[in-house]
Amino acid sequence: MNKVMSNKAVIALYVLPAFILIVALIYGPILITGYYGLMDWNGIGAMTFVGLENYTQLIKDAQFWQSAYHSFLLAFFSTLSLVPYLAISLILAGKIKGSDLLRKIYLIPMLLSSVAIAQLWVKIYDPNNGMLNSFLTMVGVENPPAWLADTNLVLYAIFVAILWQYAGFYIIIYYAALKGIPESLVEAAKIDGANPVQIAYKIKVPLISGVIKVTVVLAIVGSLKYFDLIYVMTGGGPNGASEVIASYMYKKAFDTFDFGYGSAIAFFLLLITLVVTWITRKLTASEDEIQY
Amino acid sequence: MKKGWHKVIFSFAIVSMFALAACGGNEEGSEDNSTSGENESDSSKTIEFMHLWPEGSSKQHHEIVNSIIDEFETDHPDVTVDVEILGNEQYKEKLKVLSTSNELPDVGMTWAAGFLDPYVSGNMFAPLDDILEGQLQDKFVPGTAEAYAIDDTTYGLPLELNITPLYYNSAIFEEHGVEVPSTFEELKVAIQTLADAGVTPIALGNKDRWTGSMWYMYLADRIGGPEVLNNAIDRTGSFEDPALIKAAEEVQELVDMGAFINGFNGLGNDEAKGYFINEQAAMYLMATWDLPEWTTNEDNPQEFRDSVEYTKFPTVEGGEGDINSFVGGPGVGLFVAENSDVKEEAKEFVTFFVEKWGERSVTDAGVIPATKVDTEGIDLPQMYIDILNDLNEASNLTLYADVQMSAGVADVHLDSIQALFGDAITPEDFAKQQEDALAAEE
Repeated sequence: MNKVMSNKAVIALYVLPAFILIVALIYGPILITGYYGLMDWNGIGAMTFVGLENYTQLIKDAQFWQSAYHSFLLAFFSTLSLVPYLAISLILAGKIKGSDLLRKIYLIPMLLSSVAIAQLWVKIYDPNNGMLNSFLTMVGVENPPAWLADTNLVLYAIFVAILWQYAGFYIIIYYAALKGIPESLVEAAKIDGANPVQIAYKIKVPLISGVIKVTVVLAIVGSLKYFDLIYVMTGGGPNGASEVIASYMYKKAFDTFDFGYGSAIAFFLLLITLVVTWITRKLTASEDEIQY
Repeated sequence: MKKGWHKVIFSFAIVSMFALAACGGNEEGSEDNSTSGENESDSSKTIEFMHLWPEGSSKQHHEIVNSIIDEFETDHPDVTVDVEILGNEQYKEKLKVLSTSNELPDVGMTWAAGFLDPYVSGNMFAPLDDILEGQLQDKFVPGTAEAYAIDDTTYGLPLELNITPLYYNSAIFEEHGVEVPSTFEELKVAIQTLADAGVTPIALGNKDRWTGSMWYMYLADRIGGPEVLNNAIDRTGSFEDPALIKAAEEVQELVDMGAFINGFNGLGNDEAKGYFINEQAAMYLMATWDLPEWTTNEDNPQEFRDSVEYTKFPTVEGGEGDINSFVGGPGVGLFVAENSDVKEEAKEFVTFFVEKWGERSVTDAGVIPATKVDTEGIDLPQMYIDILNDLNEASNLTLYADVQMSAGVADVHLDSIQALFGDAITPEDFAKQQEDALAAEE
């Protein structure tokens, strides 16, 4: 067996199917997108090569930078929200009653499709018949805001829905990591007289720091390319107040038939994401690998 | 042993998943018209036909199409029609993909003006003027087939026609003593009365933007006459015309009066329609494609359907436009592919199709065809008869602005509309933005 596995040709043969798939479905399209980004193309007719014109236009496009700002805002809030998720997981992973049930409840949003979640929140936010405003009126708020129509509020209203959508995902990751911590470490700390908060803060959290780093990257990257809820709930409106990079890209490519420009945005988004990921990795890098 | 079971269940799950996925794909994906099987000989010709009315979501349309095809095949034993059906969005996608590889079906469906443009400039669609000057002469309502013309050559035959009346709930009107408005001043009085009584005057889902565009277009038409907006778009005029700015001012005045439903810029059209159907709003400006909702749709309460009436959009005092001018436009139309190898048969088929469709669509599917309809002796809800009669008297039909414009400019127009309704820009800037976008394209 060892002999077979050291044969380069065999290794190549085994790797080939996955390699072909990943090239055909991921790296190929990335290159093609980059190529389209250099073209003036409406998606149907002839393409004309325009060099970097799409990119120079992009740099000057105020609407693009506004959507980029919204994307980064979302990334910031997603990262921030990891703290309460971690807190919830710490509590769930402790031996509290009903943690099993609670865990499942937190996971439910993960099982719904984005469109269903979007519809759900659209109903909640409905300015006149919605649950939220009915509640606000009940407790005596006069003229509660029209959440999805108010340019100052719409972005945050959608963020709440997005954070709710992903809560279960991060909680389950943290929960699994916390469950992997050997009981003996916690017991030892208890004997030394540490209280639960100290145990959580000084022992558990440092032990799962590797997982936390991964979730930070996931949250940032996921936010930068986020699309679905925003597209369904507001389509980027009103007046671009909830536009993010991905929804702006979609709008340019498919609504205004400017595929060249849309591709340029997509490629630029890839670059942004790569750079941000690299920076995040650098900032959170640490020397010591944790071993139990 | 236990482990073995897991494997069996798991693989069963996987297999059934694929099987289900395959079934799902078949349902709306594509369907072959298998009636054509028997007479396939060497001399027979096949017309490939792609349309967008799947049995599931547009049953009546689907059935009319099938029976028209059957009839055509009986009349032309040497021709078979091969049908492929896709839902609306997939249809648009597929058409685009097929055209890039020059494999368009012989006959298919297209939309007017802006949608048509790239296909025509790519030389994909065949000119159909010979049919319009021949067999189908004077069959169409004026202004419909023209919407499919580029540089005086027509590339599509419209099937549907929609105009936009102002629907209102007569029960709400009566309850608050509101008269049906025939001038814009009266409309404002009605709005004020309703707003003071705590009733939402108008349902509007301006998240979709084209909904607000209809209000703007009507005001522009009533103030400046039908030519002003068209001229601004075809560049014989300017968007900074005083009438177009005045119309924008009127829109903002309506917004300030609280005419439109709270949060309209965040509501989709379907939600807005929901308010109207729930009798939470008194008026709703929408095209005639919603007629079945007020007449035959059993899902809506009978009481509500009885109380829905319509009126023509009120005239503005001192304005140029007259009350018989409508905002509207044809929906889908038929095209024949330029590189079709059965072009003659395909042309014959579309002619046949348009004639038969005109006879049956309104009675069988509630769709108003682009061909003229004789209302004598057909059995229809009264609202249809009235609208069809109004259509015969129509003085003008202004095609929806976002359809007239190219995709890029349409997007600027729609965004400006949303900003205008949201009080985010002044009427002057509103006009300037669109003027700039239009000028940039010249």
